[in-house]
Amino acid sequence: MTATLARLHPRNLRPETRPILIAAGFILVILALGTAYTLRAQGTAPLLSPGYLLQQLQIGAFLGLVAAGMMMVILLGHIDLSVPWTLTAAAMMATTVGGPWAIPAGLAVGVAVGLFNGFGVAVLRIPSMIFTLGVDSVMRGLMVAHTGGFAPRTEATPLMRSLAAGKLLGIPTAIFVWAAVSLVVAVTLSRTGFGRSIYATGSREGAAYLSGIRTRLVITGAFVASGLCAAAAGCLLAGYSTRAYQGMGNAYLLPAIAAVVLGGTRILGGSGRYAGTVVGVILIVLLNSVLSIMQMPEAGRQIIYGVVIIGMLLVYGRNERVTS
Amino acid sequence: MQSEQPQVVLTGVSKHFGGVRALDNVDFACRRGTIHAVLGENGAGKSTLIKILAGVHRPDAGEVRLAGRPVAFANPAEATRAGIVCIFQELSLVPDLSVADNIAIADPPKRLGLIDRRAQNRRAERLLARIDCADIDPRDLVRDLSLSRRQMVEIAKAIGRAPSVLILDEATSALTARDVETVYALLADLKAEGVASIFISHRMHEVEALCDTLSVFRNGRHIETFATGARSPAEIVRLMIGRDVEAQFPPKPARPARPEPLLSVKGLRWENRLNGIDLAVGRGEIVGLGGLDGAGQKELLLALFGVLRGVEGTVRTGAATGIPSSPAAAKSGPARIALVPEDRKTEGLMLARPIADNLLAASFGRVSRGPLIDETLARAAIDEALATLRIKIGSPSDPVATLSGGNQQKVVIAKWLMARPDLILLNDPTRGIDVGTKQELYRLMRELADAGKAILFYSTDYAELIGCCDRVSVLYDGTVVAELEGEALTEEALVAAALNIGAAA
Amino acid sequence: MTRLLAQNRAFAGACLLLALLWLTYNALHPRGFSAAVLVQNANESVAIGFVAMAQTVPVLMGGLDLSVGAVMTLTNCIASAVVSGSPAQIVLGMVLTLAAGTAFGLMNGLVVVYGRIQPIIATLATGAIAIGLALLIRPQPGGSIDDDLSWALTNQLVDFADTYGLAEGGKTWWFRPFAPLPVPLLLLVGTAFLAWIPFRRSITGRTVYAIGSAEGAAYMSGLPIARAKIAAFTLAGFFAACGGLYLAIQTSSGNADVTQAGAYTLNSIAAVVLGGTSLLGGIGGAIGSLVGALMLRVISFYFRILSVDPLLQPLIEGLVLLAAVSLGAVRTLRVRNRLELFR
Repeated sequence: MTATLARLHPRNLRPETRPILIAAGFILVILALGTAYTLRAQGTAPLLSPGYLLQQLQIGAFLGLVAAGMMMVILLGHIDLSVPWTLTAAAMMATTVGGPWAIPAGLAVGVAVGLFNGFGVAVLRIPSMIFTLGVDSVMRGLMVAHTGGFAPRTEATPLMRSLAAGKLLGIPTAIFVWAAVSLVVAVTLSRTGFGRSIYATGSREGAAYLSGIRTRLVITGAFVASGLCAAAAGCLLAGYSTRAYQGMGNAYLLPAIAAVVLGGTRILGGSGRYAGTVVGVILIVLLNSVLSIMQMPEAGRQIIYGVVIIGMLLVYGRNERVTS
Repeated sequence: MQSEQPQVVLTGVSKHFGGVRALDNVDFACRRGTIHAVLGENGAGKSTLIKILAGVHRPDAGEVRLAGRPVAFANPAEATRAGIVCIFQELSLVPDLSVADNIAIADPPKRLGLIDRRAQNRRAERLLARIDCADIDPRDLVRDLSLSRRQMVEIAKAIGRAPSVLILDEATSALTARDVETVYALLADLKAEGVASIFISHRMHEVEALCDTLSVFRNGRHIETFATGARSPAEIVRLMIGRDVEAQFPPKPARPARPEPLLSVKGLRWENRLNGIDLAVGRGEIVGLGGLDGAGQKELLLALFGVLRGVEGTVRTGAATGIPSSPAAAKSGPARIALVPEDRKTEGLMLARPIADNLLAASFGRVSRGPLIDETLARAAIDEALATLRIKIGSPSDPVATLSGGNQQKVVIAKWLMARPDLILLNDPTRGIDVGTKQELYRLMRELADAGKAILFYSTDYAELIGCCDRVSVLYDGTVVAELEGEALTEEALVAAALNIGAAA
Repeated sequence: MTRLLAQNRAFAGACLLLALLWLTYNALHPRGFSAAVLVQNANESVAIGFVAMAQTVPVLMGGLDLSVGAVMTLTNCIASAVVSGSPAQIVLGMVLTLAAGTAFGLMNGLVVVYGRIQPIIATLATGAIAIGLALLIRPQPGGSIDDDLSWALTNQLVDFADTYGLAEGGKTWWFRPFAPLPVPLLLLVGTAFLAWIPFRRSITGRTVYAIGSAEGAAYMSGLPIARAKIAAFTLAGFFAACGGLYLAIQTSSGNADVTQAGAYTLNSIAAVVLGGTSLLGGIGGAIGSLVGALMLRVISFYFRILSVDPLLQPLIEGLVLLAAVSLGAVRTLRVRNRLELFR
């Protein structure tokens, strides 16, 4: 017993675990503050009801999918700014194609974008910040052209709707989708050679290359994963909203990056645990919804969002001083 | 010209990093007008000593006095202003700025509050002329200069600060022979002017030729200081490693005939760095690469490992013909090739990652079942690697950055041994490594050769080449100008061939 | 001279490309090479020009400032509230606006240096705070700017002189050659020369470049690292404030538009890359980013005169951006030692 407790002592923890615990603690703080507010304002504690929490997880599933893919790219020290319009394009392609091929079509968009991103970043060595920005622009252009001339179908298929909004055993199916993807990502990162190669490449690409790691494949693989996750989120989101629409992906980019970073992953790459990303997503979703309940205007929300991120990063206390 | 009071005095100085004691209650003094060598293995504390003097670290205990007054520098800038200037192993030049910018970097001449470029250029020209480098244009970017020119710019920058104490940390390792002579002359001038110079080098002959005082450090402690000549080289080495050093190199097997080559290179060309190399290495052989720095040894190893593009020539490794297309291909080809690279910190290791991950980095497939890594296999492989190379660690999940230089290099080698290579390429593996670990590496190389591996070994240390290798191919300007073995393998012959003098063998 | 060109290849290329694009644009334009078109183009380029210059400084250090668009929006809203009234109030209002942006940049610098948070995530968060503050000031688009000021600063120099009764309303003989110059362009170029060039020639400016090139070496050389990092973000805040102030003057209103802020930030990154500054740091400059911003603007102007199907415009913009940044990759393909690809 004491040995277990000793392992939880801050000094004995691996540095990657500390932020996760702090973030989890902060989630409890948010729930506590929110409950205090609702008790005072309405005399009830809806935040603590299982129904409410499940609903939050359901909403979180969309952000969670995007963040899962984004984490793999950030672990490499790169970033994927093409997520907003990849998500939208996948949703639009899925709804346009319709029928049983809807979701595969959407996912194929994600794979295609991911391959293209991988080519630009891994082969052409264009900084990912600017290349994926350009790709996002092109995807937007394609979708504007696609939906402008004629009015393609935008309704979600029944499968998409049930995956996003349906329930299985009383739990929203979207959560199962998120859980399944999470399992794959977590296992990949911690238990496969590909996952270790991601950490190695993100830590120092030159040394990874000279160790015989196929760094170009690793980078491309991570971007394909990010594209796939964004596409999956798009299909799911289209199912939830029952249709695909312009700009549906814009609200997910910055929160996904924030979730990954709040979960303890270094923005420069090389370290971070997937559990942290999950915790980060839950934190952001809960923060959003508590602020909604408090009917906080957009101005206040943005300020609190920014302050929370900075506050938590200060508590994590990373970054060594460069001395040599 | 020596004065009574030493220029720099350390009293009872200690410094630790984490649990490692880098300096332990050190008393040290350096007088004006001397060239004072500091000798010791890696981990002996030399680096920490000079970093404390230079203001990079602060001592945990003890006092530092400069010209009699106690000082405590918060950063390198303060130390420089006080007159202590250090030329580090990792240069302090900014590649994207010009030579003139770098020389006057923190203290440029100003006009109306802004940097006066013309005056800066003039100052740079003066300093460069003083070190006989007038051919360097101050307006060139440092990024466009060769390593030895950069080192000279670093030296110009240092003397431009008019130091009272000048510290050189392996400052001559990258220099051409001519530049080395210039630096010796410069140090003699500075000595005559009363500057106290502290000189760190692993090259004994250099230290003996240049310095008048020697201090030996071991395990963070100052062992002894004496005048040059007061102790023999063997005694000095004993002081440095604390035990007797006998035959440094394992015995070489007698070989009646050369074995069938595993690696056969004919007419290898690349850019203007490799100009037609012919070479062969057989199983069980250790073949050395000699020659001056920059004669193409590094490029040869990189080419064989698949890192370079546009390589021409014929290469046969075992049954396969052709150059590998990438390190990944080299590692898993029909004859498996491994490369221990030049810079372990940036090319050999992922410093922030755990020791275990670094060890497994070339062998993920080997310890996996299907797509997943089998923890039992991985653990066994790691244990075997640590045992074979005798690497002492805390835990495999510690970051590899916590290890000493020698142990880090062992991890790099262990990583490659785990991949079961047939041909092992070594790029100056013992540079900056302590004597004890070096000996272990020599022994290991011979064991690997005896086990049937082919080894191609580049070293800047002639003693190593002579002691370890069955044959040495000396490179000059991208071609092999001499192949020496047996009786013909002597230091004179190596030097002569390196300078392309006469026709030896 | 050849050395100057060789060391500034990317910048020279960008200038050439801009000149080419601009000349072709004017050749195709029915009223090309006219003062009216020039003034209109200049007006539309100032805000992004300033924001691009703002982005340059953190990028030179190897970092990024994701809050530049938000700071521009914030100062836009502040300006719409204070830049009106008596002449003294107007001047005070402008000073207040610029000070607010500069102070925000200072805050960014302090968070990055003393909070030891990576710039990209720190400015992501402060950008949200900036937008929030902007929404507090202007929940709905509105506000007003002094009309005279608005007219004077968005037209030709002669109009400026006329509005404020200088040089006899712009009619004196020594004024004539300067009369048709667009004031917006003068503001951009003037700020660049008065603020950027001296900064670049100072030790702090040199330190910014050194940090981007080799931070460890910069520290060892005794350069003031912390001071330079804080100064870089502060300067970025100042330039962003210039952009916000001008936007207010140009549109005579303040608009806390989150989407627009994001678009400006992302466009500023594109402008910086197009202008020859490396995202890795150490190479480039604000003038180059200005050129890059102008390039982006000129490309968008083409759509107006070529009557391109509006549905295809975003696609073409995206493709052009992608192609432009891919040009830099051509050099990569010629690399002979693959180790050079890894920094």
